[in-house]
Amino acid sequence: MGDSAAQSATSKGVQRILTILAPFALLAGIWHFASTQLPDYLVPPLDRVFWRALAIIVDFSLFKDVLATAGRIMAGLAGAFVIGGVFAVLMHKSRRVEDFLGPILNFFQGIPALSWVVFAIIWFKHIEARILFIMVVTALPAFSFQILSALRAMSKDLVEMVLSFRPTRAKMFRMLVLPSILPEILTSWRVNIGNASRVVVVAELVGATGGVGYRLLEQQQLFDMAGALAWTLQLVFFVLITQKILNLIEAWAFKYRAQSERSL
Amino acid sequence: MSVAEVHFSKVSKFFGAFCAVEELTLDIEKGDMVAILGKTGCGKSTMFNMIAGLQDPTSGGVRVQGHDPFREFDWFRGKIAIVFQNDRLLPWRTAVQNVELGLEMLDRPAAERREKAMSWLTRLGLAGHENDYPHALSGGMRQRVSIARAFATDASILLCDEPFSALDEITANRLREEFATLVRQNHKTAVFITHSINEALSIGQRVIVLRRPARIALDERLPDKLTSDGAEALRQRIQGILSEEDRVVIS
Repeated sequence: MGDSAAQSATSKGVQRILTILAPFALLAGIWHFASTQLPDYLVPPLDRVFWRALAIIVDFSLFKDVLATAGRIMAGLAGAFVIGGVFAVLMHKSRRVEDFLGPILNFFQGIPALSWVVFAIIWFKHIEARILFIMVVTALPAFSFQILSALRAMSKDLVEMVLSFRPTRAKMFRMLVLPSILPEILTSWRVNIGNASRVVVVAELVGATGGVGYRLLEQQQLFDMAGALAWTLQLVFFVLITQKILNLIEAWAFKYRAQSERSL
Repeated sequence: MSVAEVHFSKVSKFFGAFCAVEELTLDIEKGDMVAILGKTGCGKSTMFNMIAGLQDPTSGGVRVQGHDPFREFDWFRGKIAIVFQNDRLLPWRTAVQNVELGLEMLDRPAAERREKAMSWLTRLGLAGHENDYPHALSGGMRQRVSIARAFATDASILLCDEPFSALDEITANRLREEFATLVRQNHKTAVFITHSINEALSIGQRVIVLRRPARIALDERLPDKLTSDGAEALRQRIQGILSEEDRVVIS
């Protein structure tokens, strides 16, 4: 009985992995077919892309560009998250602040990332300051509105219950506010990491002397499609790894959900 | 002269133009177990929130143990505990962690918190479920956890807002008896809001019936042993007041 259950679980796991891999296998098949029909400089063979991607990972002089891009994404998002969090709390506390900040953030949301890149080049001399500025302003409205929405969605019943014990502000935040808004915070990070990885490339393309975006520009100038794909894959891997880390945090932080759902 | 545990002095509460409580004057003595009855919208919950310090009166004064529960927020830490209509457990905390909540507000050491919380969970028949999350517990069990949470802080005043109304009758009856016993054994002052005449008569040592907008229509201290005839007569009187209230609202 136990063995058959274990076997069934294993076969389900294998099935799931196959289902996840199937679309990638299909894409690889199409690419491989195209590479046999078209010139290498347009559609390079997959093995060449693979070795180029691997070369970037093992050669630190190249990999440090990936790390630089990852660092810029995380620094920009962290900055936007902190400022956005403060804005969200202020807007949640005061209608007047919301009426003041809300339209500005909406206005910012309407400005394309590329325009921010141009503004940053004009306004800032230092390259890292330019990129940080671009990353912060593009992610700021989303973080502000997502955290504000999370604060508003907090259960009034639970707020009243915790208030009945007369908590200090710090305890109120630790015991109720943070656990209540954590799901939305993780979702906002998930969404913003995807967006930020696209914006950072644009920022580095035009304004940096290193990083994935800069390397992509280099490949374009060399007309090297395999290189361009290999550098793009680095960014994709970064996003996949960060999403996986967020999944693990979610699994740990929301273990109470899994347990309760199983018991129902 | 003894100071009343809860004192309302000509208290009125308005929400815009709507008057929820009108010039209410009321004293609740230490150790009293008061059941407050009334139709929906008669101002019971507003009165309850003012005792809890969650709302401020528009005029008049509310004093609990001689202090203002709304303004002296920190003074009341650990002195008032509330059992709500629904359990209001934090879903990310286990049963025992939920019971520990009030003790954490009082900065009790972790070992003491756990010991007290476990002792209350055991008293309420939840030993073995301390590590269960709220969604893994039945409605009755969750409400027991919320009762344990209220008692764990050893607050001298317990406020209960229809705590058993969401439960099935058998569970509600059992919990009501356990609750009344715990209140008496621990010498608490309890204010119990209810819609049910039977519940008010079975749990209260004193029954107050409110008429809209939160004016006292009946204030009766019950004898230690209420005879079935006495209970029936009182039930009829309360029923009469509440029916009259319905007629007033309809007209």
